[in-house]
Amino acid sequence: MLSAEKIDLLNFLQAHPPFDQLPQQALEQAASNMDVAYYKAGSQIVELGQLLDTWHVIRSGSVEVYRRSGELYNRLSEGGYFGEVSLLQNRPSRFPVIALEDCLIYLLPKAVFSELFDSYEYFSDVVEVEDRSRLRHSVSQREDANQLMTASVKVLLTPNVLSITETATAHQAAIKMSENGISCLLITDLQSQICGIVTNTDLRDRLLTPGLALDTPVNQIMSPRVFSVEHNQQVFEAMLLMLRHNVHHLPVLKQGSAIGIITLPDIIRYETQNSLFVVSSIFKAQTLDELVSLKADVRACFVRMVREDANSRMIGGAMAVIGRSFKQRLLELGEAQLGPAPVEYCFVAMGSMAREEQLIVTDQDNAFIFDDNYQPSLHGEYFAQLGKFVCDGLAACGYSYCTGEIMASNPKWRQPLKVWQQYFSQWIDQPTPEFLLNAAIFFDLQPVYGKSGLVKQLNQLIRYKAKANSRFLACMARNAILRTPPLGFFREFVMEKDGKQSNSINIKRRGTAPLVDMIRVHALAIGSKAHNSFERLDDIIESKLLPNGRAEDLRDALELISIVRIKYQAQDLELENEPDNNIEPEALSAFERKNLKDAFQIVSDAQKFLRFKYQPGRAS
Amino acid sequence: MFYLEKNKLEHSVTDWPAFYCEQAANAAYPALKAFYQAGCQLPDTPLEQVQMVALDLETTGLDVNKHSIVSIGLVPFTSKRIFLSQAKYWVVKPVSQLNDNSVVIHGITHSEIETAQDLSFILDEFLTEISGKIVVAHYANIEKSFLKRAFIHRINEGIQFPVIDTMSLEAKICRYRPLSWWDKLKGKQAVSLRLSDARNRYHLPYYKPHHALTDALACAELLQAQIAYTQKEQIYLADIWE
Repeated sequence: MLSAEKIDLLNFLQAHPPFDQLPQQALEQAASNMDVAYYKAGSQIVELGQLLDTWHVIRSGSVEVYRRSGELYNRLSEGGYFGEVSLLQNRPSRFPVIALEDCLIYLLPKAVFSELFDSYEYFSDVVEVEDRSRLRHSVSQREDANQLMTASVKVLLTPNVLSITETATAHQAAIKMSENGISCLLITDLQSQICGIVTNTDLRDRLLTPGLALDTPVNQIMSPRVFSVEHNQQVFEAMLLMLRHNVHHLPVLKQGSAIGIITLPDIIRYETQNSLFVVSSIFKAQTLDELVSLKADVRACFVRMVREDANSRMIGGAMAVIGRSFKQRLLELGEAQLGPAPVEYCFVAMGSMAREEQLIVTDQDNAFIFDDNYQPSLHGEYFAQLGKFVCDGLAACGYSYCTGEIMASNPKWRQPLKVWQQYFSQWIDQPTPEFLLNAAIFFDLQPVYGKSGLVKQLNQLIRYKAKANSRFLACMARNAILRTPPLGFFREFVMEKDGKQSNSINIKRRGTAPLVDMIRVHALAIGSKAHNSFERLDDIIESKLLPNGRAEDLRDALELISIVRIKYQAQDLELENEPDNNIEPEALSAFERKNLKDAFQIVSDAQKFLRFKYQPGRAS
Repeated sequence: MFYLEKNKLEHSVTDWPAFYCEQAANAAYPALKAFYQAGCQLPDTPLEQVQMVALDLETTGLDVNKHSIVSIGLVPFTSKRIFLSQAKYWVVKPVSQLNDNSVVIHGITHSEIETAQDLSFILDEFLTEISGKIVVAHYANIEKSFLKRAFIHRINEGIQFPVIDTMSLEAKICRYRPLSWWDKLKGKQAVSLRLSDARNRYHLPYYKPHHALTDALACAELLQAQIAYTQKEQIYLADIWE
């Protein structure tokens, strides 16, 4: 029995997920089986241990859902629903529900609910009891949206890869390239190992332009450092590698031997060349003003990547490459102005840039590591000026000064390697939570410019020392659980675990930052070499440090929260608002709210686990 | 007229179960006889055990002597649950003309009326649906008088049953709420007892009025709310029926 008379009920269902995408017939089936009940504010709707025979949908009013422990689990309003856990698992309810306001509740019999759940994928996706699998599902659906960039490099490679021995002449190399119509040649040594690469550009710039003889050995004009990718790496990783090292040809390796070449034009054909274009503009800039003028291009590139459904790793990686390029170019310009550096040094990035998780709202965290020949009285002034030049330049380009003064312009962070080694030894051996609170980013350390070996030594020291020091890990863990996620959302508010509500949420402070902090602690505990949080998670998964599935949950949560953060920053840019890390709940879709709540739950559970896992004095 | 005299004879019943027994013996029309035979719930039944049915009639006008029924909505319920899935709704052909005004109000069109059957065709089903249940309506006088009149017209027998009237209940409840000094200062008027205004006081959602099924549902929800808000430990049927 159903027709126009139940139109109010039908309209209501049509406007709310998971009913909103049901076909008319299923919708009518649901509507014609609904019963109704009224609950006064404060009354118990579902008792702990109650066996439910209906699924509850809130028509009006609001409810609070509790955990068995009495802890607030969720607050739901019009269109919200509850009872599915009990129905699907056929178990007494573990989540008591109380009416927060006067409520009218629709009751759908178990049999009808189960039928909808089994018959309609959208319905079950939305209602899905197992929070984590829903999150994984929506994260992987997003990945599908950008198949190409996440496809493996195999789809783009040119299988025609040829090599020549290093003893051949440049002329022989050129002939081989012309005959085969290729733009690069791998150079092999006597053991048939790849020892270099020669490209069209090398022939022009290193042979013809300086006017060398045609019989110059090819190893004198080749690039001895060959960057390559594994055959199963993703296209965007290849792109980042090219951007990072400013190379246009990458051999693709499988079990150590080259199976093809992937070239920049191959990628450009598929990618909108956003980030590539920006990076090349940065290196062409001759003055600080020219660099500053690229700020708009960087933002446009960010927005385009978001629109093209890039994942957070691609965007974070591309933005980090752009940030790195700014620093490299500023150092080149600085050296041109101040003269060559008096001692060898490495300019390092810390924090989000080192993790390759940079976004559009970001401050600069950087430092100088000098060769141990550094003498303050002789060289101090030069580096003070260079540091100031770079940091001021970065600030002008949109990378605001670090409020904690962790910058190369601060003399404390311009030190020779031995001092840095003392710093890290002290931090790890005699940790104080107060200091480490602001210093966690020192443990994300990547070379940007100069002698990268200096950073390598420091990273080795960190890996070696941190792993073995449970007190240090406990301090880091303690700090990683200070910033907690909220419980979820309720109407236009962010809802805290104690039931308090606020108007907006800082998605970095309450979401990505605690995740990144936790992942760093685990990574330090296993001595991972990775800096990127997703790569760290890969190492953590491999180490089996965490109970089954937990690291994967963290990965999904990080991707989901990051992408929401990214999306709203892009939206701010498009609306010409200054982007920030705050999100107002009314801007979020029902799906985002639900996914975010699941992700927050994962963060919260992971924090509990972290506290338990890294206790001072406990062998980890 | 005969039925008017009979009408007068049947006013104010004090003992409903006894009245049902009596009518079960006297009624001639089989379905009506069965209705009375099903009996009346006892006055001392605790409210949560009472089987109820919300009833709403839409009519061509308010004068029982001139106007007639166009649609009937029924929703069975208890104090805990409204069985919307078992709701019934009929459009019936009115004896009197359907004027354009009531078309607007009920949203029932002339063509629907054309295809509708006379009330006599659904009489038996209607009686089955309400038998053994206490009828609940908002301003029940309309339902009582129109039904009785319609029954007499078709089977030459009237029908009488106890009702719970959510409007008179609301009137009692509101009288119990004295106006605060602030309300008096604002010159606040006496509260409205209209269905939608009464519902609003219990934070029940707004429904488009004047549809027999929607109004019956609205009435059932209102009674549940009124019961939920009562201060009394235990309510018996006798406390609220009339």
